[in-house]
Amino acid sequence: MNIVVCISQVPDTTTKVTVAPDGKKISSAGVKFILNPYDEFALEEGLQLRAKYGGSVTAVTVGGDSAKEILRTALAMGVDKAVLIKDDERADSFGVAHNLAEAAREADIAILGRQSIDFDSYGTAAMTAELLNLPSASMVSKLSIDGTKVVAECDIDGGKETIELSLPCVISVQKGLNEPRYPKLPDIMKAKSKPIEERASAGVAPRVRTLSMELPKSSRIGKVLGDSDADIQELVRLLHEEAKAI
Amino acid sequence: MAFQPVDYYNLYDMLEPEEKLTRETVSDFVDAEVLPIIEQHYRAGTFPMDLVEKLAGLGVFGITLPQEYGCAGMNNICYGLAMQELERGDSGVRSFASVQSSLVMYPIYTYGSEDIRRKWLPKLAAGQAIGCFGLTEPDYGSNPTGMITTAVKTDGGYLLNGAKMWITNGTLADVAVVWAKLDGIVHGFLVEKGMKGFSAPEMKGKHSLRASITSELIFQDVEVPAENMLNIKGMRGPLSCLTQARYGISWGAIGAATGVYHSALDYAKSRIQFGKPIASFQLVQEKLVWMLSEITKAQLLCYQLGRMKDAGTMNPNQVSLAKRNNVDIAIQAARIARDIHGANGILDEYPVMRHAANLESVRTYEGTHDIHTLILGADITGIQAFS
Ligand SMILES: Cc1cc2nc3c(=O)[nH]c(=O)nc-3n(C[C@H](O)[C@H](O)[C@H](O)COP(=O)(O)OP(=O)(O)OC[C@H]3O[C@@H](n4cnc5c(N)ncnc54)[C@H](O)[C@@H]3O)c2cc1C
Repeated sequence: MNIVVCISQVPDTTTKVTVAPDGKKISSAGVKFILNPYDEFALEEGLQLRAKYGGSVTAVTVGGDSAKEILRTALAMGVDKAVLIKDDERADSFGVAHNLAEAAREADIAILGRQSIDFDSYGTAAMTAELLNLPSASMVSKLSIDGTKVVAECDIDGGKETIELSLPCVISVQKGLNEPRYPKLPDIMKAKSKPIEERASAGVAPRVRTLSMELPKSSRIGKVLGDSDADIQELVRLLHEEAKAI
Repeated sequence: MAFQPVDYYNLYDMLEPEEKLTRETVSDFVDAEVLPIIEQHYRAGTFPMDLVEKLAGLGVFGITLPQEYGCAGMNNICYGLAMQELERGDSGVRSFASVQSSLVMYPIYTYGSEDIRRKWLPKLAAGQAIGCFGLTEPDYGSNPTGMITTAVKTDGGYLLNGAKMWITNGTLADVAVVWAKLDGIVHGFLVEKGMKGFSAPEMKGKHSLRASITSELIFQDVEVPAENMLNIKGMRGPLSCLTQARYGISWGAIGAATGVYHSALDYAKSRIQFGKPIASFQLVQEKLVWMLSEITKAQLLCYQLGRMKDAGTMNPNQVSLAKRNNVDIAIQAARIARDIHGANGILDEYPVMRHAANLESVRTYEGTHDIHTLILGADITGIQAFS
């Protein structure tokens, strides 16, 4: 089975994000980047499919040189091949999907995380499938494959939906699908000397232009109230008048 | 969500990718495998045996030794970062890894014949065998040179007599690296579980390092085959092992300090007194800032120590400075964190009291705080104060 896992590098969830001086992107100064948490499930699933059906797993990312770090993580976890599609300008989801589709053209299955936790567009997996003209399933939390028949259990609002599709296909995966492995320390060392293939970005024109970016207003910073009757009254008033939640 | 380390000086930006990944991997491991179970083992006074296989699977044992013996072949920064994260979990868990790696696998690799290496290293790396290191005796702690355990040459090998005390992992061990005097000179021997005349009863009643097994080793006419003697003479042998382990402890102490700092910071931000979080009081802020500064300084010490160790330019006195300083600030941080938690600080719902109690052992073993003071004093004045 030719398995392609698409991964992305995102700011650590606990990092304090600031907006760059141009007001259109986040400033990368002092930001720690990590492998997108949902992509860990994607990598694990790829490795488990390889263990069951044989074949190879290729990890692909679209990004700058720093994105090599997450490819090293993927290699340490056990993927066979790592590909960096060089794109120093941050492409929009469509640009990313275009590059991923190119890289997954020969794949039996392409696996992505359900969303990148930086821009949360949720769109990349479906766009990739569309560009490849392949069936796709989103938010998969259970997967079984028999021949070319694929059965996926997908999380939908308030429940689950089970759907059937066929290989080749594109899926985006959700927490709960599996338990991602830790890279073993000896494998981290072995990954160090494995090659990372670099390819040029397809460079499609962006479909989305960022006009501006700003941090949430500081007025949202939490208020601390006690448990006296007066405080409870105040809480109800704030929820009603300020937060307009009730 | 991954644990956010203290990195006030962006030191981790200076790490190589494999060093970063090692820290993150061991950190995630500690969050998932150590923290959820450690309090119950601490309370029961048991070592979490399930962790042995898991730590071995991760590749923590003998982390710097070559891959041909089943080890990770990493550098000393990776080794240090792994110890740091393990000790953020518990000093007892880090102690297990220190003993296995630095006090057992290191001497077997450095002073053992190729046969001995092949026999033990892969098993120790895989956690299929556990090791311990017997240097301290009931009457000889800071002064191990005075040891009275002896080895006498026989036809097929050596006959060992004597006793060791305070030996981490002793009761669990399949192989003990035992230091004994042969014709008045210290030599190292591998004593194997089940050898006639060898026993290792557990010591009970500890208020510190409770999730770690500490034992006596008793040798009554134990016959050790000749090939089990290590190829090193004099105190240089055990001291070289201690340098490796102390190096790891210097990093480990940062982990314990980080654990208590985080707990104190979170607590101070959420505990309300006089209508405000206690973090808003200047006295509490000063305590938190002290911890942050000391942790940051300790990290810088270790980072440079590790780079020197990898470059082969580190000397053991520099390790003494880091062990002495870092364990000392970790203990102080634990006491301060305990204080910030108020009464909650004595509960096992928070990690602070466990770390505080553990660090008392760490301050004493591998050379007490004061012995390291005297080692450094001797180095800078040229005058030895302890003999
Ligand atoms: C939990 C635990 C695990 C341990 N694990 C191991 C192990 O695996 N293997 C092993 O071999 N040992 C182990 N040890 C033993 C440890 O290394 C010794 O306890 C340590 O070396 C100190 O020896 P001691 O306890 O006999 O103290 P002592 O040497 O009696 O020291 C008592 C006090 O006197 C001070 N002192 C001693 N001499 C001087 C001097 N000349 N000048 C000034 N002050 C001095 C010391 O600093 C200390 O404050 C362990 C200890 C503990 C607590």
